[in-house]
Amino acid sequence: MSQPALEARNITRYFHDPVTFRVLDQVSMSVARGEFVSVIGKSGSGKSTLLYVLSTMDTDYEGELLLDGSRLTGRSGSELAAARNEHIGFVFQFHYLLSEFSVLDNVMIPAQKLQRYGPAEVSKRAMERLDWLGIADQAYKMPNQLSGGQKQRVAIARALINDPLIIMGDEPTGNLDQKNSDIVFDIFRRLTREQGQTMLVVTHDGDFARRTDRIIELEDGRVISDGYEGR
Amino acid sequence: MKQSLVAATGVLFGIASFIALISFMTGLNQLLDGLVMNRSPHIRIYNEIRPSDEQPIERAGEYAESQNFVRSVRPRETGQAVRNSAAVIEALRKDPRVMDVAPKVSAPVFYFSGSTQIAGQINGVEPLIEKHLFALQDYVMEGDLRELKNSSNGIFLGKGIADKMMLQCGDIIQVSAAGGDPFVLKVIGILQFGLADVDDSQSYTNLRTAQQLLGVSSSYFTDLQVKLHDISLAPALAREYAQQFRVDTLDIQTANAQFETGTTVRTIISYAVGITLLIVAGFGIYNILNMLIYEKMDSIAILKATGFSGSDVQRIFLSISTMIGVSGGIAGLVVGYGLSAVIDQVPFETQALPTIRTFPVNYNMTYYIIGMLFSLVTTYIAGIFPARKAARIDPVIIIRGK
Ligand SMILES: Nc1ncnc2c1ncn2[C@@H]1O[C@H](COP(=O)(O)OP(=O)(O)O)[C@@H](O)[C@H]1O
Ligand SMILES: [Mg+2]
Repeated sequence: MSQPALEARNITRYFHDPVTFRVLDQVSMSVARGEFVSVIGKSGSGKSTLLYVLSTMDTDYEGELLLDGSRLTGRSGSELAAARNEHIGFVFQFHYLLSEFSVLDNVMIPAQKLQRYGPAEVSKRAMERLDWLGIADQAYKMPNQLSGGQKQRVAIARALINDPLIIMGDEPTGNLDQKNSDIVFDIFRRLTREQGQTMLVVTHDGDFARRTDRIIELEDGRVISDGYEGR
Repeated sequence: MKQSLVAATGVLFGIASFIALISFMTGLNQLLDGLVMNRSPHIRIYNEIRPSDEQPIERAGEYAESQNFVRSVRPRETGQAVRNSAAVIEALRKDPRVMDVAPKVSAPVFYFSGSTQIAGQINGVEPLIEKHLFALQDYVMEGDLRELKNSSNGIFLGKGIADKMMLQCGDIIQVSAAGGDPFVLKVIGILQFGLADVDDSQSYTNLRTAQQLLGVSSSYFTDLQVKLHDISLAPALAREYAQQFRVDTLDIQTANAQFETGTTVRTIISYAVGITLLIVAGFGIYNILNMLIYEKMDSIAILKATGFSGSDVQRIFLSISTMIGVSGGIAGLVVGYGLSAVIDQVPFETQALPTIRTFPVNYNMTYYIIGMLFSLVTTYIAGIFPARKAARIDPVIIIRGK
C-alpha cells in the first residue's frame, strides 16, 4: 500500500483572541490517494481551521503535517508556497477569480508560477480542463460575464491545472443553488473515479457528504468519527 | 487600472512641471549670466594706481631694519598702461589654457555735439576679437563691426549718448580726452547693452583711433582681457599672472561674486519646486497603490493560496508602480518638452535685452535624465511600502472573512 497523500498527526491549534481556547485538539487523520473524503461538523467546530492547517497556509499549530510522506511542518513560507503550487489545488466557497483576466488566463495562473510547461502547452492544458468541466466555450470571456456556477467550475479548473496531488475545498458548494451544487459534486465524483484525483472537502451539507467515500466528523476541535458510513 | 492612470498622470504633471520650470529658469539664468559673463573677461589685467609697496626709506641700508612711518604717501605716477604689454600678450597667447587675449584702451572722455557736452568713456578695442570673445555683435543696433575695424575715424556710440545728443549714423561728433584737443569722429554704429549706465556713457572705436585720441603709442593698453578655455581656472591663473608679469589682475569670479549667488539661488529654487511636485506625485502613487492593495486583497489571497510567495506578490506590485513611474515619467518628459517649447514661443521683448524676442529656454538633456531618474526613484519608493504590505498579507484571514 502506498503512503497517504496527506497525513496529519496530533494537530493542535489555539486561538488567543479574545481568550485562549483550543480550536483543534490532537486531530490525526490521513487521506489515501484517490480517496474522496468529506469533513463535516457543526458551525464553529473547527473544520475550516483544520483545512487551513492542512493546506499549509496556516503554520501556527502543534503537531505534524506530511504531504506524500514528506514533512511540511517547520518549512519556510516560500517552500510551503512552492509545495502548494505544485501539489495542492484549492476550491473555496468564493471563486476568487481575478476580474482583470479572462477565464482562460485565470486557469493558467498557477501553471505560470510552476513553469513546468511552456506557454502554449499551459494554454492547451487549461483549455483541456475547461473542456472536462463543460465550459470550454466560456474560455475567452471575462469572469464577470459568467454565472455563479460557471465561475465555481472555472475555479475548479484552476485547481486542476498543475495536476495536484490533492484538491482541498472549503464549502465549495456553499454559495451555489441545488442544481449547481449537484453539478459541482458530479464533477468531483467524476474526477475521483476517472482520474483518481484525491479530494478533501469541508462541508456542512450532509447530503453532499453522504455521497463521498468517507466522512470525518469534527466536534469542538476533535475527531468524533471517521469512517465509511456514507455510501 | 483607472487609478494607475490617475497615478501616472500625477507623475506626468510632476515631471512636466519640473522640466518646464527648470528649462525656463536655467534659460533665464544663462541669459542673465550671458549678460554679464559673456561680456566680462575671465581675467582682466590692468595697472592700478596706488602707492609703491616699498618706500625709498626702506631701501636705505641704515633704516632697513627699523619700523619706518611715512606720512602723506602719494600714489606713484606710473600711468594706467599695462607695463611691457607686448611681451605679456605674446606670453598669454602661447599659454594653452588661454583662449585669446583682447587688448583694450579705455579712458574718460567728453563728447561734444553742438552745445551739448557729456562725460563718458571711450573704449578702443579690436572689434573682431571683441565680437568673437565677448559677443559684441549681440549689442549692435546699427552699424557693422568690420567697418569699425577698418575706419580711422569711426565711432560706435552707446544708445543713451546717441539719443541725448540726437545723433544718428553718419553724423559727426567731437570727442576729447582729459587735457587733449577735441577729435572729430564719425558715428558709424549704435550699441545697446541694456544697462542704462553703460549705454549713457560708453563708446567704442578701434584701438588705433583711441590711442591717437589719447596721444599714446600703439603698445599702450589699459586692459588686457583674457578669456580662458575653462572659466573655473580664472582665480588661480589671475594670481599666477599677477606674480609672473607683476601686474594687477581681477578674475571673473571675484568681480561677479554676487552674481553667482543669484544664479545659484534661482537654480536651487527650480530644483526645490520640481522636487516638491514630484514628492507630492509620489504620495499620490503611495495612496493609490495602498488603495489598490485593499481592493485587490482577494486577488492577493488567491495568488498566495495557489503558490505565489510573498516576494512574488511584492514583485507584482513593484512592477505596477514601476510601470506607473515609467509611463508617467516618459509622458511627463514629452509634455514638459512641449511646455518648454510653448514658453519658448511666448514673446518677451524688453529694452534691457535687445537681442531677445521670446522667453529663454534651456533644452538641456541633463534635466530630462534627472526628471526620468527622479520619477523612477519616487515611484519605486512610493511603491515599495505598499508592495511590502501586500507581501505580508495572510491569505487565511482574507479567505476566512468571505
Ligand atoms: N482568527 C480567529 N481568531 C479567533 N477565533 C477564531 C478565528 N478564526 C476562527 N475562530 C474561531 O474558531 C472556531 C472554529 O472556526 P472555524 O474553523 O471557522 O469553524 P467552522 O469552519 O467549522 O465553522 C470558531 O469558534 C471561530 O469563532
Ligand atoms: Mg468554515
